[in-house]
Amino acid sequence: MRHTFAVYVEDAPGVLNRVASLFRRRAFNIESLTVGHTETEGVSRMTIVADADAHGAHRIESNLYKLVNVLRVDDLTAKPFVERDLVMIKVAATPETRTHIMQLVDVFRARVIDVAPDSVIIETTGTEDKIDGLVEVLKQYGVMEMVRTGRVAMARGQTLGGLGDGVERGTKVAGAVPADDTNVSSTV
Amino acid sequence: MTRTGAQILWEALVREDVSTVFGYPGGAILPAYDAMLEFPIKHVLVRHEQGATHMADGYARAGGGVGVAIATSGPGATNMVTGIATAMLDSSPIVCITGQVPSKVIGSDAFQETDITGVTLPITKHNYLVTRPQDVARTVKEAFYVAKSGRPGPVLIDITKDAQQASCEVEWDDSAVRLPGYRPDLRATEEVYRRAIDMINGAKRPLIFTGHGVMLSGAMDVVRTIAERANIPVAMTLLGIGSFPAQHELNLGMMGMHGEAWVNSAIQEADLLLAFGMRFDDRVTGNLATYAPKAKKIHVDIDPTEFNKNVKVDVALTGDLRTVLEEILPRITEGDRSEWLAAINQMKGDSAVKDIQNLPDSGHLYAAHVIHDLWRVTEGNALVVTDVGQHQMWEAQYYKHERPRSLITSGGLGTMGFALPAAIGAKFACPDAEVWALVGDGGFQMTMAELATIAQEQIKVNVAIVNNGYLGMVRQWQEFFYDRRYAATPLLSPDFVKLAEAYGLSGMAVTKRAGVVPGIEAARDHTGAVILDFKVEQEDSVFPMVPAGADLDQMIRRPSPNPIVETAAD
Repeated sequence: MRHTFAVYVEDAPGVLNRVASLFRRRAFNIESLTVGHTETEGVSRMTIVADADAHGAHRIESNLYKLVNVLRVDDLTAKPFVERDLVMIKVAATPETRTHIMQLVDVFRARVIDVAPDSVIIETTGTEDKIDGLVEVLKQYGVMEMVRTGRVAMARGQTLGGLGDGVERGTKVAGAVPADDTNVSSTV
Repeated sequence: MTRTGAQILWEALVREDVSTVFGYPGGAILPAYDAMLEFPIKHVLVRHEQGATHMADGYARAGGGVGVAIATSGPGATNMVTGIATAMLDSSPIVCITGQVPSKVIGSDAFQETDITGVTLPITKHNYLVTRPQDVARTVKEAFYVAKSGRPGPVLIDITKDAQQASCEVEWDDSAVRLPGYRPDLRATEEVYRRAIDMINGAKRPLIFTGHGVMLSGAMDVVRTIAERANIPVAMTLLGIGSFPAQHELNLGMMGMHGEAWVNSAIQEADLLLAFGMRFDDRVTGNLATYAPKAKKIHVDIDPTEFNKNVKVDVALTGDLRTVLEEILPRITEGDRSEWLAAINQMKGDSAVKDIQNLPDSGHLYAAHVIHDLWRVTEGNALVVTDVGQHQMWEAQYYKHERPRSLITSGGLGTMGFALPAAIGAKFACPDAEVWALVGDGGFQMTMAELATIAQEQIKVNVAIVNNGYLGMVRQWQEFFYDRRYAATPLLSPDFVKLAEAYGLSGMAVTKRAGVVPGIEAARDHTGAVILDFKVEQEDSVFPMVPAGADLDQMIRRPSPNPIVETAAD
């Protein structure tokens, strides 16, 4: 099944490469990966969607933790969470078809963000299903270009409040807990 | 104080207690080499950068510290790849330092430019590219911390030439390394401990498995106390050899593909496996679907990614092995497992034991004779470093190791050419140890250029070549599984005695059983390094053998009748 992970990483050169390389060399099947800044300076957040069974998801989580630059991993799959994907679609539009297209856009609560003599650009966010549905009905007019961001996800409520919230890190790795409460490793 | 990046590098290394480094100079690392002369560092000039990484690895495994290898950019760095991967697979703490082209030309395909952090990303525990002198001290400190803490492994630091040359103010910071994403200190919850202890105390046919983690964690004495208190026999992985005394009555020997037959049979009969610092490698388990079908499994490891990776376990205990076992120990009840021990002894009797060493001299020299006699003459006290192949398995079977860190070998990656440089590194870590590189004629020729390093450093590392004129392990597979079609396995070698002399060392060829002990004794008595070329039976095979992917107790046994008669006496 599909697992959605929220992964906090240090905002350092090469981190995206390290995460992507991990998925490749461990033969984990990645569906989408997005990355961007968070509310905390120096910390980026990735949303990774991967196809894995429960065992595979656990392996992905524990292997991500092994990367030195990975701060925290949350498997959102079993929790209540919202996910969004943003899409921009350039559709061929003549003066005759433009009205029809605008009506469809309204039905899907999408927006037209650019109009050219022979095309329009439509933007919408939503779940994958909604976007797939919109694309399907627009095909008859001619989809000229499409770009999607990939999914971003966030848990509902206050269960996971980002970093700096006192939530223990790494608590889901095989029943393990950090030996102390601080977030800083001590030298040996 | 203002210092150059190169000076900061060496001072940082000295602060990590580095006294010996193995390396090879070149353009992009020249500033560092120039600054090295100002510091109390012993530099060992290798003949190939792969040798430097294996030496650092052998140094770390023999001495328990961190090994350091240094090379220039481009080909110097890429030559290190095999050694880094070897250290990664065997959890060996090494720090590799490479020069890099100046930061302003990175990405321009400059002379001797290679993206070595990119190349080594999947085979290092972590790596760094340093482009400013201000970052050198912190990076070295982090690198050593990451390399040796948690599950040890190789760390690479790539330093641009301009970062070595430029100067900056340096302040030495004695505070803890700050790596918020790195947690080597996870521990299991009390509930997990309780389940493990109930299982151990209730087990009727338990086995302890010891792996490299026992050595890395320094848990030998705790393992022994637990085994003795609960009367649990101990089997070991290849890298676990030495973690439990070979001649202890609870020791069973090595498990797996070329393990003792009774060990593999016992695993299939056991009701509980206690896996301590090992990772259920495919060479250990055979067919996973039929592996240890009657046994519950308790897995103790510092690396949670190892749990359920190959073998599904019932209890996973995360943490440093020694810490975990010390917590378990007081709660282990004394157990009478005489029935189980008797059953295993029965298996030993039923097995055709591979003990061929004591047979009379039939005119044929077998590798088993060589290794058995090496063990006898050195009284089991040598530090043996083996290469990869048949001789490696025979060593594991016939040399009895009583102490930890007395066998060093490339297990996970199976790197031919490992032994000679690793033995050199081991000798620098343990100058008083009697170090033997035990090699095959194939693997030895991959890195034998390091004989020059032995000669230049005037160190005593003896080399025993088990010379059968074939790439023996591959030949064995061809014999068993490819209808004796010996594709590319017959091997021509130089005259190793003359080779030794060419390097200013001593050499001796041995062709008869009667010559083995005198040869070993002569090599021990000689002040310099000696190469012993043992010309052994050409088409001998390692028995028993579990074919890859077969059930663990489906072993190919030594065919009978056979020139080598097996006896039940061990």
